[in-house]
Amino acid sequence: MSNPFQKTKMVPVPSHSIIPERDLGKAPILECQHLGIEFGGLKAVNDLNLTIGRTEIAGLIGPNGAGKTTVFNLLTKVYHPTHGTILLDGKDTSGKTTEQINKMGIARTFQNIRLFSNLSVEDNVKIGLHNQEVYSTLSGILRLPSYWKKEKEAHERALELLSIFDMQDMAGMKAGSLPYGAQRRLEIVRALATNPKLLLLDEPAAGMNPSETAELMENIVKIRDTFQIAVLLIEHDMNLVMNICEGICVLNFGEVIAKGTAEEIQGNPVVIEAYLGKKKEG
Amino acid sequence: MKKMFSNKKTLTNYITYAGVILLFVILQSMSAAGGLSSALKGQLVPVCAYVVMALSLNLTVGVLGELSLGHAGFMSVGAFAGAVAAAALKDVIPAGGLRLLVAMIVGALFAAIAGVIVGVPVLRLRGDYLAIVTLAFGEIIKSIVTNLYVGMDANGLHASFLNPTLHMEGGKIIINGPMGVSGIAKISSFLAGFLLIMVTLVIIFNLVNSRSGRAIMALRDNRIAAESVGINVTKYKLMAFVISAALAGAAGTLFAMGQNTVSASKFDFNTSILVLVFVVLGGLGRMWGSIIAAAALTVLPELLREFSEYRMLIYAIVLILVMLATNNPTFKNFFSKIFKRKGVKNHE
Repeated sequence: MSNPFQKTKMVPVPSHSIIPERDLGKAPILECQHLGIEFGGLKAVNDLNLTIGRTEIAGLIGPNGAGKTTVFNLLTKVYHPTHGTILLDGKDTSGKTTEQINKMGIARTFQNIRLFSNLSVEDNVKIGLHNQEVYSTLSGILRLPSYWKKEKEAHERALELLSIFDMQDMAGMKAGSLPYGAQRRLEIVRALATNPKLLLLDEPAAGMNPSETAELMENIVKIRDTFQIAVLLIEHDMNLVMNICEGICVLNFGEVIAKGTAEEIQGNPVVIEAYLGKKKEG
Repeated sequence: MKKMFSNKKTLTNYITYAGVILLFVILQSMSAAGGLSSALKGQLVPVCAYVVMALSLNLTVGVLGELSLGHAGFMSVGAFAGAVAAAALKDVIPAGGLRLLVAMIVGALFAAIAGVIVGVPVLRLRGDYLAIVTLAFGEIIKSIVTNLYVGMDANGLHASFLNPTLHMEGGKIIINGPMGVSGIAKISSFLAGFLLIMVTLVIIFNLVNSRSGRAIMALRDNRIAAESVGINVTKYKLMAFVISAALAGAAGTLFAMGQNTVSASKFDFNTSILVLVFVVLGGLGRMWGSIIAAAALTVLPELLREFSEYRMLIYAIVLILVMLATNNPTFKNFFSKIFKRKGVKNHE
């Protein structure tokens, strides 16, 4: 493959959404139907319909305050939606907690980095492996054989996951002492450790320089290809969004104003208006 | 890099184990050789009890990151439950050591139950509610035990509130309301205290370095992120809190079984704050710090007895100085500079 960001054609599914052609035969990983939340009288998100294919890299963009992070918080049940349903892998997620949502297969990163900053990089990833490498508290305290076996596995898995971003040498460092870009990458590794089907990335390239961003783009595609998962990302770096996102959804004031491929979004006058404002007459 | 770090952490743990063993051997041989004054000898068991209290509170405050202001309440539950168990089992288990062990387990169990009762409703909330509720819990336990009468006759145990007669046929009273428990057969020994400290250290160190311990520390560092990676918040908060309460209960039994009499007023708010002072002085999450702080500050008032008039004054000044030395950035920088220079010299 000469171009690492090769995309497949987007095709309409029975609803008015589009998904990549290669995901056609499979049920979509995520379906939001008329999703909405009101805080008092404010409709932070209103009537959001979103379908994400099983191995799609999708983008959620929009001006500041459009409600993008609120959508992530709805998907992970930090907020409970007041309207609509979220189907994850065909299963209704209403009434679930954040913790259960993670077990069902959504992992996320945060816009303002939320690492376990007093713990080592390796421990951060091992915490991500919490529900993957399971042994009881008692066998942990008594150091029974299952403790040694699972800890060894967790150690190896953690280093393997860190090697995606070439971070295995940082395993012993305190997470809070890492440079900014590395902290963002560690958040992605920690999210991946929970073995998700859908990865939500909240501004993964924020604060990164152009070469770091380029590397991140390659890595997001690599993660999708290796783990065969879907990725939904919020990003202000249009270069990243237009290059790797297959389907893009544009939000403004909590409402979807456009959906489509990168080419369609770039030429859409409504999107341009939302970002830059209306052209003055005359 | 990775190897170094994990070695450093386990190294600190092993040094802590070794330090405790060394101290025990030194003090034990000194007391056998008659090198300890009788006042200090009498302090050995309480010191062990307070060390375990500090370690267990450090699990709640330092590792879980929740503030508990009623840790003496759990000590009280353990002390009286253990005292009743020891008195009731006097004829069944004549051997003092084994009876103490059983009493400690009973004490720990009751304290753990109290921990569940306090923890289940409160740990679901966010913020400083635990501090408020544990503060109240300590006072409630004090009131309950002050009004509690427990006795034993041929028919078994009897308990009642505000009724000293207990409807017993002969028998003897164990907990006598405000007077507490008196005439205790002293079955606690320095050896038992030392063993309890070692068990406590093993439990805490092994917990912290396991899957559950990492989940607990993840909650402390960032609850939202911990939830997002699938950690059950209530379960792990409760686990840390209940283990902490159970260890405090065992410490309470150890303490009570080393005294002639114990009454509920011994385990009041001041005791809770004293234990919190040990933890803060020793450093949050730093177990060896808690051990040293608890041991030193329990013995210090005893050593200052000669200056009885100025005793509390000196005690206060020492507290302030230690607090400054361990937590003030100016002091810290000063010390770290000294140590750095030393380090450079050693390299050359």
